[in-house]
Amino acid sequence: MTMFSSRNWREYPQRYRLEASKFKKSGKTYFPPRTIDPETGDAEFETVKLPDTGKIVTYTVIRIAPDQWTDEAPYALAVVELTDGTRLMGQITDCDPEKVKIGMEVRVEFRRIQSEGHHGVISYGYKFVPKWY
Amino acid sequence: MRNVCVVGVGMSQWGEVWKKSLRQLFVDAALDAINNAGVDRLDSLYVGCMSSGLFVGQEHIGALMADYLGMRGLPAARVESACASGGIAVRQAFIEVASGISDIVMASGVEKMTDCSGGEATFALATAADQEYEVFNGATFPGLYAMMAHAHMHKYGTTRDMLSAVAVKNHRNGAKNPVAQYPFEIKLEQVAKSVMIADPLHILDCSPITDGAAAVIVASEEVAKKLGKPYIRITGSGAATDSLQLAQREDMTAIKAATIASERALKMAGKTIKDVQFAEVHDCFTIAELAVLESIGVYEPGQAGAATLAGETALDGKFPVNSSGGLKSKGHPVGATGAAQIVEVYKQLTGQAENGRQIPGSPKIGMAQNMGGSGASATVHIMEVA
Repeated sequence: MTMFSSRNWREYPQRYRLEASKFKKSGKTYFPPRTIDPETGDAEFETVKLPDTGKIVTYTVIRIAPDQWTDEAPYALAVVELTDGTRLMGQITDCDPEKVKIGMEVRVEFRRIQSEGHHGVISYGYKFVPKWY
Repeated sequence: MRNVCVVGVGMSQWGEVWKKSLRQLFVDAALDAINNAGVDRLDSLYVGCMSSGLFVGQEHIGALMADYLGMRGLPAARVESACASGGIAVRQAFIEVASGISDIVMASGVEKMTDCSGGEATFALATAADQEYEVFNGATFPGLYAMMAHAHMHKYGTTRDMLSAVAVKNHRNGAKNPVAQYPFEIKLEQVAKSVMIADPLHILDCSPITDGAAAVIVASEEVAKKLGKPYIRITGSGAATDSLQLAQREDMTAIKAATIASERALKMAGKTIKDVQFAEVHDCFTIAELAVLESIGVYEPGQAGAATLAGETALDGKFPVNSSGGLKSKGHPVGATGAAQIVEVYKQLTGQAENGRQIPGSPKIGMAQNMGGSGASATVHIMEVA
């Protein structure tokens, strides 16, 4: 499917800067940002920037990849819990995917994610790098 | 609310069905169900379908299917909840009959998945996950369930053999099912030796890509009695949703939507899970069957793997699961699966399961659990001998 540039830049605040919404009543932070707190129904929130370190809570190694990533397979994909407790999914990069483990500490880095569609729009976002790499 | 019954069921051929189109698969299953029930009319039609638009470029299939069934004019609509579309179609038919608006409704499901490339099918399936925050980052469906599997293994010590035992058991049942796509048995060690798709899930942990349709005739008990054939009551129907994103679930080792849907269905039926004697559950991946059995309370969290390995969920076990062969062996035409589960529960409760697939002891209460995506939507139906 063609990646239209509007669809891409609409997500810049969260993909480029890890912006999330923190709700006043519950104090909970959601990533990607949303406008209604699923727990309380509260619509009052502030935009916060997420911390850039965390640890892997679960992972997989994708060996049969979607078309955009067939050249990159195998690659590790994980759910990471940042130091503030927020969880998000992304690729683990700059390391041997066979060495990825639950509990591994990672830092967030700004990376190229994919280029797709006939217009060749390049999409950037976040990936995770194990801390000692 | 009045009593609602299943009065007849039907299936098309399942598998890589090159000779049949989307509409013909539906018509085959629908006619089979109409003939099985002996009804002379329908009051409305629901077609569960996840993604005919992406698989074959066809939307608006409620009207299309009514037309090709020779019933132009029939109220008809497609319902979608990813792989739970068929279950939602059954639920909508249940609600429509229970309300008294209609007496005879067809709940069906259909998917034609092989008229496109593997990459296109993978893309279509991945639309059930969060496009912008899961798929964008390289997630695949096996990948999402693989992450659930790793989390489950980490938390409970679930083993490779426990996952494999789900596939082995479902293939053993599917080998006796005449419509199964892969009607053959496999050995425990074959699963771990098969190609790795997304660690720790191998190809034999995954349900296949399948063409197929299923249809169920849902009717009021007054109609059911007049038909003079075996019928089964649907005594409970539940549905629930959860976050599309796996990362935002409270617990990645459980399917909370299945928990809530089953509680709602059981409450409506006035039953507890201990009253249920067997189930069809949504084993799109081996880990899914274990997580669902724990989420609906058949087993305590972390206990379903050992129970499966010990044979408790086998056809002759104390709680048979997926006597049809499940999604793993029977096949998984995504939008049709939920309706096909009802077909199996109906057959078991009426003693019509083929080829030695009948659960021993003439069970009286069964359950069908169907879910969409990595568990963001779920439906549960309780069915009882009238």
